[in-house]
Amino acid sequence: MTPDPAAPGTHPRTDEDADSRAVTSGATPDPAAPDPLPGHAVEAEGTGTPDSALSRPRPRDAVAGPRGSVDRGAHDPNVVRARPQGAARDSAAQEEAPRRQPLRGRLRAPRAGRANALHAGAWWVWALGMATAASRTTNVLLLALVVAVAGYVVAARRTDAPWARSYGAFLRLGLVVLVIRLVFAVLLGSPIPGTHVLVTLPEVPLPHWAQGVRVGGRVTAEGVVFALRDGMKLATLLVCVGAANALANPARLLKSLPGALYEAGVAVVVAMTFAPHLVADVARLRAARRLRGREDRGVRALLQVGLPVLEGALERSVALAAAMDSRGYGRTAQVPAGVRRATAALTLGGLLGVCAGTYALLSASGGRYGLPVLLIGLGAAVAGLRLGGRRSVRTRYRPDRWGVRAWLVAGSGAAVAALMIAATGYDPAALDPPAYPLTAPALPLLPAAGLLLGLLPAFVAPAPAPAPAAAAGPAKEAAR
Amino acid sequence: MIRFDDVTVTYEGAAEPALSGVGLDIPEGELCLVVGPSGVGKSTLLGAVSGLVPHFTGGLLHGRVTVAGRDTRTHRPRELADVVGTVGQDPLSHFVTDTVEDELAYGMESLGVAPDTMRRRVEETLDLLGLAELRDRPIASLSGGQQQRVAIGSVLTVHPRVLVLDEPTSALDPGAAEEVLAVLQRLVHDLGTTVLMAEHRLERVVQYADQVVLLPAPGVPPVVGTPAEMMAVSPVHPPVVGLGRLAGWSPLPLSVRDARRRAGALRDRLAACAPPAAPAAAPGPEPLVRTERLAVRRGRAEVLRGVDLTVRAGETVALMGRNGAGKSTLLSTLVGLHAPSAGTVEAGGAVPHRTRPADLVRRVGLVPQEPRDLLYADTVAAECAAADRDAGAEPGTCRALVAAVLPGVPDGAHPRDLSEGQRLALALAVVLTARPPVLLLDEPTRGLDYAAKSRLVAHLRELAAAGHAIVLATHDVELAADLAHRVVILADGEVVADGPATDVVLSSPAFAPQVAKILAPAPWLTVAQVAQALEPAS
Repeated sequence: MTPDPAAPGTHPRTDEDADSRAVTSGATPDPAAPDPLPGHAVEAEGTGTPDSALSRPRPRDAVAGPRGSVDRGAHDPNVVRARPQGAARDSAAQEEAPRRQPLRGRLRAPRAGRANALHAGAWWVWALGMATAASRTTNVLLLALVVAVAGYVVAARRTDAPWARSYGAFLRLGLVVLVIRLVFAVLLGSPIPGTHVLVTLPEVPLPHWAQGVRVGGRVTAEGVVFALRDGMKLATLLVCVGAANALANPARLLKSLPGALYEAGVAVVVAMTFAPHLVADVARLRAARRLRGREDRGVRALLQVGLPVLEGALERSVALAAAMDSRGYGRTAQVPAGVRRATAALTLGGLLGVCAGTYALLSASGGRYGLPVLLIGLGAAVAGLRLGGRRSVRTRYRPDRWGVRAWLVAGSGAAVAALMIAATGYDPAALDPPAYPLTAPALPLLPAAGLLLGLLPAFVAPAPAPAPAAAAGPAKEAAR
Repeated sequence: MIRFDDVTVTYEGAAEPALSGVGLDIPEGELCLVVGPSGVGKSTLLGAVSGLVPHFTGGLLHGRVTVAGRDTRTHRPRELADVVGTVGQDPLSHFVTDTVEDELAYGMESLGVAPDTMRRRVEETLDLLGLAELRDRPIASLSGGQQQRVAIGSVLTVHPRVLVLDEPTSALDPGAAEEVLAVLQRLVHDLGTTVLMAEHRLERVVQYADQVVLLPAPGVPPVVGTPAEMMAVSPVHPPVVGLGRLAGWSPLPLSVRDARRRAGALRDRLAACAPPAAPAAAPGPEPLVRTERLAVRRGRAEVLRGVDLTVRAGETVALMGRNGAGKSTLLSTLVGLHAPSAGTVEAGGAVPHRTRPADLVRRVGLVPQEPRDLLYADTVAAECAAADRDAGAEPGTCRALVAAVLPGVPDGAHPRDLSEGQRLALALAVVLTARPPVLLLDEPTRGLDYAAKSRLVAHLRELAAAGHAIVLATHDVELAADLAHRVVILADGEVVADGPATDVVLSSPAFAPQVAKILAPAPWLTVAQVAQALEPAS
């Protein structure tokens, strides 16, 4: 399946084509050959555009030079052979509808770049929407569907960046939570009544003051199923958070914070960039222990490098603080004393209001005045933050824009959550099937269809560019 | 642009001032080089310009420093951020964000530059420094030279009128250093930026300087003058100047080109002399280090491929190649930090990754790139005692070795407070305590001044003569020419050249030392060789 023109002469070729090969392969050997890369990309995205040039509005294509030769590639017999469907559609669509094609091209998600990057907040809204939906059900099938939807979107839209690799860690964490929940249910028993005894563990006799606590004893299928559902719910929530983490750059999310919170945001970003450094330091210092003839494995070795690692981290943070200071971090504008006082009063009062309002809302007694207090508090806090932002002279470089695609992504998450909440009123039994008596879970069709809305981001969010390493590999080989 | 009026800086708790009686005036658009041995206060001088001394470091500053008319007494570093750009020794500790483009914008964001201006300046800077291809890359994935360019770019975007650089090329391979220096040249010539720079590797930078500030010794006021005048009296000087002094050229040449034009007579004189004997290596018969078709993978990356290397007793081998070529990995594999994915490795008669550390230290020792990693204790004396215990040596062995490598290292000092040279001496002594027949050094001359370097060279020569096999990974072509019997050049994880030092360095301009470039095609590598050859004649 390599459209590499490996055997020149076996296929007829136009003069122009041969010329372009000769020139490009002579002057820039690398870009001339790797037609496979763009050709493959076109094929994978399933375009049926007659002219590749039209469908490729990607100025930052991995191969910049040979655009001309790529375009000619559509007529290159070798390339045609490599992707017959595309070619067939090419020739069929050659004459008609030069106007319809760009529209289809436009509907396709663009290649992701700095300029069209989806707002990090949109991803978080989507993920929190999925998590809300998951929190409303214990139906194992629905939960599995949530995980599958989130997983598909992550697979389709995550980049190669370091934070995107954290998704696997979240998946494992979810599994660990599930296992722990099951182990506890087996060891400590379950409040669920059950008739299907799976196994009876030896029970540990406990003193009388520990009545009500049981270690060991009967393990029922009902109890295990209940624990499984419960654990799966928690795991699904974690997976949703992990998906947001993998899809949105946390540093970019913090950049969208209001000015007054900027400094807190920087602290978080710096801490996040420090974590990898610390890991590298530990590895380096453990290696150095080996050079001194001490064991480099085991817990003791890890503990003994603790102090040097902390020392190193401290030194690095001092150096970073010096660098940040000399780069203008913390420059503030002069603000009248009155405004400063107003800021403090509004922020403090607002936060108090938020706390009081939330408490009133959650407790049974104060339902009436809870909401107004919460709203007033929220308003005051926001005003305080806006005023506080005046002290900061900062501007923002290329902030993420909240465009149509961000609305679609965030909206799909909100819709999933709303539909699931609506379904709780409509068919509670299907969403929350009882563990006793045991029943096989059924897939309620309407809520499941609602969850599928969460797939929308996999089609509308800008697609990440293929990994540069993966792109360079075949290109190099083709050049050889 | 920069004025020092009788400036004296004393750090808290220090008996002597770090800098005293400094009076300087650096006009706009000059590239000014600060030179001097380690510990004379070069970094303090640079810090005083950006205001970090004394606002950030503490200490007492007498006198007055003004930059573009702003007094650093009344302006904190952040208020000088729009006129002074500072890049420290380690670019990694300079970065606040995680991608190249954000990093370039960070300084402007702090200063409140309008968004469209920011955008324009970032694009300009990306082009100026040749970073356009890297704009979306995470900074951690860049090479050393690229990181240094990003660090410089990140302070350039705010259009500072003064750029302060502390050892910008010390950690870089020759190619990357050229890249960075070309950028600095452009800034000075095209934008009229004033550049103040400290650098130990004078052979790389001195020819670009307009003015040299020489700090001859701690506490002595600086001397200012043109590079040629200063080099004539400076205790630290590059080989080209050493050769010029030897040949009695005046004014002294500073670049290879100038020296070559003057060197006709010297070449003729040397033609009569016998060419230098290849450094006297009396290699023992048995190889102490041997790798065969060695391949090492780190993660999915193949760092080394098919490396064949043999080092015999008494032989010194220099490993060279650009940053990331696999030099450090090869050294770590020889001490068992990485297991080979294919091929065999043997050092000091053992398979390193299968040998217990306590046994391995008696066979092979590595001084890592950052000697401090080896040091855990609070004082030099405690460190030496621990090293004796680790190696099972007589108490006092390590301490005696420290004194032999470098006299005058104080017993009670914390290893962190030592100078670079002292710390290296301590780490070297710690490693040598176990008497390994194989000694590996990773980038040993980073941050060393010429005096410390020549002491190191003398000591390593003695060790080689005593039958040690020495492998050093280095970017320092002068060191390799001075010391190595054989040079092995790695590129992309493969050995691309392996041969006697003279042949290898003479055949590739990137790795040729200055003396070789001046006297080519005659096979002279160092000033010492030339001096030796001329001695009986005169």
